[in-house]
Amino acid sequence: MSQQGYVATPSYSQSQPGMGLSPPHYGHYGDPSHAPSPPGMMKPAGPLGATAPGGGYPPGPPPPGPQPFGQNGAHASGHPPQRFPGPPPVNNVASSYAPCQPTTQSYPSPAPTSSVTQLGNQLSAMQINSYGMGMTAPSQGPPGPLSTAAFRGPPRPPQPSILQPGSQALPPPPTTLNGPGPSPMAPPTHRQDGLPGPAPLNAQYQPPPQPGQTLGPGYPPQQTATYGPQMAGAQLSYPGGFPGGPAQMAGPPPQLQKKLDPDSIPSPIQVIENDRATKGGQIYSTNTRGQIPPLVTTDCVIQDQGNASPRYIRCTTYCFPCTSDMAKQAQIPLAAVIKPFATIPSNETQLYLVNHGESGPVRCNRCKAYMCPFMQFVEGGRRFQCGFCSCVNDVPPFYFQHLDHVGRRLDHYEKPELSLGSYEYVATLDYCRKNKPPSPPAFIFMIDVSYSNIKNGLVKLICEELKTVLEKLPKEEQEETSAIRVGFITYNKVLHFFNVKSNLAQPQMMVVTDVGEVFVPLLDGFLVNYQESQSVIHNLLDQIPEMFADSNENETVFAPVIQAGMEALKAAECAGKLFIFHSSLPTAEAPGKLKNRDDKKLVNTDKEKILFQPQTNVYESLAKDCVAHSCSVTLFLFPSQYVDVASLGLIPLLTGGTLYKYNNFQMHLDSQQFLKDLRNDIEKKIGFDAIMRVRTSTGFRATDFFGGIFMNNTTDVEMAAIDCDKAVTVEFKHDDKLSEDAGALIQCAVLYTTIGGQRRLRIHNLGLNCSSQLADLYKSCETDVLINFFAKSAFKAVLNQPLKVIREILVNQTAHMLACYRKNCASPSAASQLILPDSMKVLPVYMNCLLKNCVLLSRPEISSDERAYQRQLVMTMGVADSQLFFYPQLLPIHTLDVKNTMLPPAVRCSESRLSEEGIFLLVNGLNMFLWLGVSSPPELIQGIFNVPSFAHINKDMTLLPEVGSPYSQQLRMIMNVIQQNKPYSMKLTVVKQREQPEMVFRQFLVEDKGLYGGSSYVDFLCCVHKEICQLLN
Amino acid sequence: MATYLEFIQQNEERDGVRFSWNVWPSSRLEATRMVVPLACLLTPLKERPDLPPVQYEPVLCSRPTCKAILNPLCQVDYRAKLWACNFCFQRNQQLLLPNLSTPETFFRGARSPLIFLYVVDTCLEEDDLQALKESLQMSLSLLPPDALVGLITFGRMVQVHELSCEGISKSYVFRGTKDLTAKQIQDMLGLTKPAMPMQQARPAQPQEHPFVSSRFLQPIHKIDMNLTDLLGELQRDPWPVTQGKRPLRSTGVALSIAVGLLEGTFPNTGARIMLFTGGPPTQGPGMVVGDELKVPIRSWHDIEKDNARFMKKATKHYEMLANRTATNGHCIDIYACALDQTGLLEMKCCPNLTGGHMVMGDSFNTSLFKQTFQRIFSKDFNGDFRMAFGATLDVKTSRELKIAGAIGPCVSLNVKGPCVSENELGVGGTSQWKICGLDPTSTLGIYFEVVNQHNSPIPQGGRGAIQFVTQYQHSSTQKRIRVTTIARNWADAQSQLKHIEAAFDQEAAAVLMARLGVFRAESEEGPDVLRWLDRQLIRLCQKFGQYNKEDPTSFRLSDSFSLYPQFMFHLRRSPFLQVFNNSPDESSYYRHHFARQDLTQSLIMIQPILYSYSFHGPPEPVLLDSSSILADRILLMDTFFQIVIYLGETIAQWRKAGYQDMPEYENFKHLLQAPLDDAQEILQARFPMPRYVNTEHGGSQARFLLSKVNPSQTHNNLYAWGQETGAPILTDDVSLQVFMDHLKKLAVSSAS
Repeated sequence: MSQQGYVATPSYSQSQPGMGLSPPHYGHYGDPSHAPSPPGMMKPAGPLGATAPGGGYPPGPPPPGPQPFGQNGAHASGHPPQRFPGPPPVNNVASSYAPCQPTTQSYPSPAPTSSVTQLGNQLSAMQINSYGMGMTAPSQGPPGPLSTAAFRGPPRPPQPSILQPGSQALPPPPTTLNGPGPSPMAPPTHRQDGLPGPAPLNAQYQPPPQPGQTLGPGYPPQQTATYGPQMAGAQLSYPGGFPGGPAQMAGPPPQLQKKLDPDSIPSPIQVIENDRATKGGQIYSTNTRGQIPPLVTTDCVIQDQGNASPRYIRCTTYCFPCTSDMAKQAQIPLAAVIKPFATIPSNETQLYLVNHGESGPVRCNRCKAYMCPFMQFVEGGRRFQCGFCSCVNDVPPFYFQHLDHVGRRLDHYEKPELSLGSYEYVATLDYCRKNKPPSPPAFIFMIDVSYSNIKNGLVKLICEELKTVLEKLPKEEQEETSAIRVGFITYNKVLHFFNVKSNLAQPQMMVVTDVGEVFVPLLDGFLVNYQESQSVIHNLLDQIPEMFADSNENETVFAPVIQAGMEALKAAECAGKLFIFHSSLPTAEAPGKLKNRDDKKLVNTDKEKILFQPQTNVYESLAKDCVAHSCSVTLFLFPSQYVDVASLGLIPLLTGGTLYKYNNFQMHLDSQQFLKDLRNDIEKKIGFDAIMRVRTSTGFRATDFFGGIFMNNTTDVEMAAIDCDKAVTVEFKHDDKLSEDAGALIQCAVLYTTIGGQRRLRIHNLGLNCSSQLADLYKSCETDVLINFFAKSAFKAVLNQPLKVIREILVNQTAHMLACYRKNCASPSAASQLILPDSMKVLPVYMNCLLKNCVLLSRPEISSDERAYQRQLVMTMGVADSQLFFYPQLLPIHTLDVKNTMLPPAVRCSESRLSEEGIFLLVNGLNMFLWLGVSSPPELIQGIFNVPSFAHINKDMTLLPEVGSPYSQQLRMIMNVIQQNKPYSMKLTVVKQREQPEMVFRQFLVEDKGLYGGSSYVDFLCCVHKEICQLLN
Repeated sequence: MATYLEFIQQNEERDGVRFSWNVWPSSRLEATRMVVPLACLLTPLKERPDLPPVQYEPVLCSRPTCKAILNPLCQVDYRAKLWACNFCFQRNQQLLLPNLSTPETFFRGARSPLIFLYVVDTCLEEDDLQALKESLQMSLSLLPPDALVGLITFGRMVQVHELSCEGISKSYVFRGTKDLTAKQIQDMLGLTKPAMPMQQARPAQPQEHPFVSSRFLQPIHKIDMNLTDLLGELQRDPWPVTQGKRPLRSTGVALSIAVGLLEGTFPNTGARIMLFTGGPPTQGPGMVVGDELKVPIRSWHDIEKDNARFMKKATKHYEMLANRTATNGHCIDIYACALDQTGLLEMKCCPNLTGGHMVMGDSFNTSLFKQTFQRIFSKDFNGDFRMAFGATLDVKTSRELKIAGAIGPCVSLNVKGPCVSENELGVGGTSQWKICGLDPTSTLGIYFEVVNQHNSPIPQGGRGAIQFVTQYQHSSTQKRIRVTTIARNWADAQSQLKHIEAAFDQEAAAVLMARLGVFRAESEEGPDVLRWLDRQLIRLCQKFGQYNKEDPTSFRLSDSFSLYPQFMFHLRRSPFLQVFNNSPDESSYYRHHFARQDLTQSLIMIQPILYSYSFHGPPEPVLLDSSSILADRILLMDTFFQIVIYLGETIAQWRKAGYQDMPEYENFKHLLQAPLDDAQEILQARFPMPRYVNTEHGGSQARFLLSKVNPSQTHNNLYAWGQETGAPILTDDVSLQVFMDHLKKLAVSSAS
């Protein structure tokens, strides 16, 4: 059975028993023993775990012999130099890690987990592949003819330009997709021998290759024999329907029924739920190279056993193709999303700190990789071979340790750098600027005190809040007080610095009017310890709103403000972060002066990209200076009109800061959201003056980086600061052949300064598999990461290319990836069949969400500021954030079980999932909507809003009233849970069905056709299918 | 002769004028042969307790080019109500008023407050800064209550303090390295009203402050406490100064901002910029020396070798500022207190051109500075401050005379007219000068040229007249005009040389010639100036000496000339012309004061006064000669800049033995005390406060005395050794005797 995952078309055609359904992913590398596990059923974990420990993971074909972590003695003789290729028996590993991992006691679960995971995946596969089973029909399949008829029409309108690369006539969708029952899906066979012409391109955005242009070398057929039986088993076991899904569809709007049944196409919700069901709450240990981690939406406990936690690094695929030809053929981006400072839940082990004293970290002499589990000790421990460049290095005398009988150092489990995927080193002076230990960083608060900010009370709000939030400055865990120093600047078109030295009775204000060449007017007394200067600071914060109460100044400067902050940090010789509270377009005469250039006429033209580019190059060079002086800028924007986010936002983006934007800020509605953001931003974990280097084993290298970073050369990723929410996406390219044995190793090292002013190195190591089988590659993909990568690369490209081109490229690449799979990995089937690899089942829907995002969608209805803002947000997002951002979470609230504290299962983002009797909460990481159906149950309304009826609800609220009812409590609790660990505080909007603001809400129902354009999921799927067909032809 | 002395004295008392010649040679040719030009020392605001204030507008001559003011020298026809102008002979019809006297003061209505802008260096040692802060705080109590004050502090940055704000203290900060134009400064301080788009929605802000400037310049009575606190909290410049560096001091920018601030807010209103600095400007425009301590500040040696790399540029910067300040009618004081030089050489033009004060001391924590500074705010018998602002001096002459120029704390207003000579002496080419700051002792040397031709003799009894019209802002903030009209007889130099000779004021002449010499010395090489002075002296002796040709022993000078050569001798040795042993700053300081003090003080500067105290009689003035240094005497020397008390060898031994403490030697105690009391008296009156030196025979500070006295006994003329005739001076300088011998020889020589 091949590794096809999914065939969409036939869901409603009931006449295809035995069709394409299979859970092949697992089968073909797992050992046969587990393959037949009947999908869909929670098999008793015991037997599975026992027989196939670890096998359930999708690591490349496991060379069974070498198991480096095997039990002592047993494998001693067979040790090849390459250590990590094979998945060790989980149990063994667990026990052998005991010295390092005190939590191991709770460890027996991994094996069961793995089996559950498989099952879940199979289950999801089946669910999607519902066509395969006769049983699907009763529950969900609408009558074939109906849908066919309905389907003909809709796909056309949204498709035209995007989907047709050439002038080629578009085959009518119905034929392709629907090829109703008749197009008999042959029983899954194994893939074709030949591959279609591999894409001759490396760049993502090149147009798709002409189908059939070239033919790649023949591809070795997979071991088909093995899989036949499994598939059968899988088919048989399909239980029908996904649990709960249908139930939620209380009343799908009638018109939808005419279309392709939405339930028949892959559901992101189902994928998420399946993963949760199998892996949620389990322990996931990172002991195996190339294993696919649980989805970002799944809660589990992660144990570092030699590879970095997926919280730190996730990859588009955990199995790299061995050759660049293969990579080109599949066009699957090889990328990792690295979140080096990701928050680790308290029930997981925090990073160990390794201190080698003055000697500093042990590194490979040639490639400078840091000591890590990938280093192989030889010659009795006197030397070690670098896993990245293979250089054999002497072990420094202080580091020498004897090897045991399996060639492992005796202190293997005592040293985090030998046994863990992630750990920190204390950096020596060599790693410090000017070889001097760094000073603790500083926070500088810079408040725009121009007329509008005074008038709307913002300045007062900020000053009041600072008084409390400064008490919570982040500090090193072991310290009593924060080492961070604080400083204050206010500005309009001139800058006011404040001397808040502790011995002053009153703060002193120093006005710098030379904004053309701004400078720091004072040194002593500007950056102070908050505790020491508390009374002066409070005095100042009390006075600031008064001081400017009569100000008429409308104009502001911006670049000089940042310059000033940076100069202040420079003068104080420390790293730091600027918190800027700004509200208007900086029009005052000064460097970085901007004009209003928002031009709707540019939308949908080749010049649209200008809207995303900064107006002047002042900001980029300023950002460069900031990074050079490790000055990170976080910008809180309160625009009431165009402020040119594309220009202003560039600095926070490039300096590792955050941009917050509150449109038309109103004190009574928006202050909570802003204050939460402010508190969160001040308190969050952050590293300063960071430089990141991603090293790889030979054969591939990091070629491109996306994120809140600055790069002066091609390898060093510089970040003035990096906090727990910022992720850097790294793309890799081959420069040689990779070997399946050696795998692909990645080491990400971040040198940074802690909030307490210590210089440290944070190391994350991750081993990936390599395979010369395309199927392995497809099997190991993670769609969430792919979307993160596609989003970042596309959003980066909007600066340079017309959006239309970018959209085409995305569609084409999607089609290409899927077509390649279809051609090379899937079992032969009718051309009209859409076959998706299991790991990419939801790629089309997510891709469609990305395409519909306002950044890529050229619609004049959306302000260019908003588009620039969203573009920027995505650039630094981690995988979880981007997943939620592109595919919002829609939770039915009316079905809440007040006794159960679990979040209700989400439903798909489509209007058809809403019901007049329902209440839904929609969340995308930035916004939160509470949608109330017109016929919402009054008791719920009463419970939540404490008003008698729907009509009485006052929508004008951003916080739910604190009603004592269980509904209210639970809803608020849910909202809190959702908000937790999100980088942005979400503003709640209450939306009543059939009232005006519903339009805004509907934009987030991403499976539907967009209000401002953008195809529906179904339409897009058709379109992709058509593209694939073209490619295959 | 006594009559002339009386006459001269009377005139000085009344008019504040001393002429070199009190009878004027009536032709141009003869006048040039007099060697010493016809010139006067004018003290425009000489204190006159008896001066009657007159409350009406001055009566002007109606000829537009003349506009002389009706004065007692005019012929008045009371019946016809006519008067004839004594300068242009225009007949003016005008209602006549009685009680005319010379000089006159007229009041005018317009009032504007006095302005004091403190510009304070914060790169000082802690105790220096503390002392300065205290002095400044003290000064607030001395200011007139409605005076406006402002504060600028500087170090690495320049801070303009806003004084109006409540609570938080606020200042505008400027980079100390960036030269800003007046407009930029005013823009940055928000002194220019920008064309603000009117905001309809907003309630109109009540216009509290009539002046935009009032944020920086506030009436002292309003912000007294505030400013006192502000000064109290003033910290040393916080920027770190690493070893081997000078602090970065932005004096140039600070002054520039002070000038710009006043320029933009109160042009043509009396204002003092008071710069207090404790070291040289080390950065930005006007920097005098770099911040590397290993590179010392320029010396005369460097300047001669053209090795003072910042001097020209800095001087240009301060000259530009001084000229702007003068144009605005403000003045700049410099109070420089440091052990090393502070750049007075470069900055001197600021006080020199604006009539400001220049004070030099070792530290702000000295009584020299403290009392000097206090004295700035001293009051006259009317209770008015002894300071006036924004004066213009207009000089009118009768037609036989023209104005050649002026030397003093003034700048030319470039007013050409019929009475302006083409030959310039000092600052010429104009009949009007601006004196931005002046006090009752400020004295200008004004030089004239007799233009009457030899062939058009002046009738017997003819008088030449000069009118000095000084308009100024009195410290009471009134505008006033003081008019001084003087007249002198003409005499034919051929027939009446005796008259002219007898009316020679050798003191005035010496000072006037010295001013010319010092004026030249600012731009010429020292030796050239000395040669010029010598030549003038020789020519004068040739003209007025009585001698037989080639017979030096026959040479005699009349009483009215007899002291003149001695003045010149000491002038040649004075720090005004000799730079040896003086730093450029010291030279600038001495010259500054020399060019503005009145005659008496100037003479003391040229030839210090020496008093001798002994048991032999009451204190007596003695010759400024080494022979006066005797073992049983106490000497008190006043050089204007220093007061030296010197105990002779025996006296010193007695004191050491403690005789003064023994009741039986109480007279010795009194003897010791007497010079101290006299010195106190001088110290009390003198501005600036002199350096007070109390020394004795063999003391290191005795050098102050030894360098001044005429070295009549040196190690070269050993005949005096061992005799009780004085103290030999170890010098190769020529003594007065040698000088006179040469002078006689040259005067009688027919070769020269």
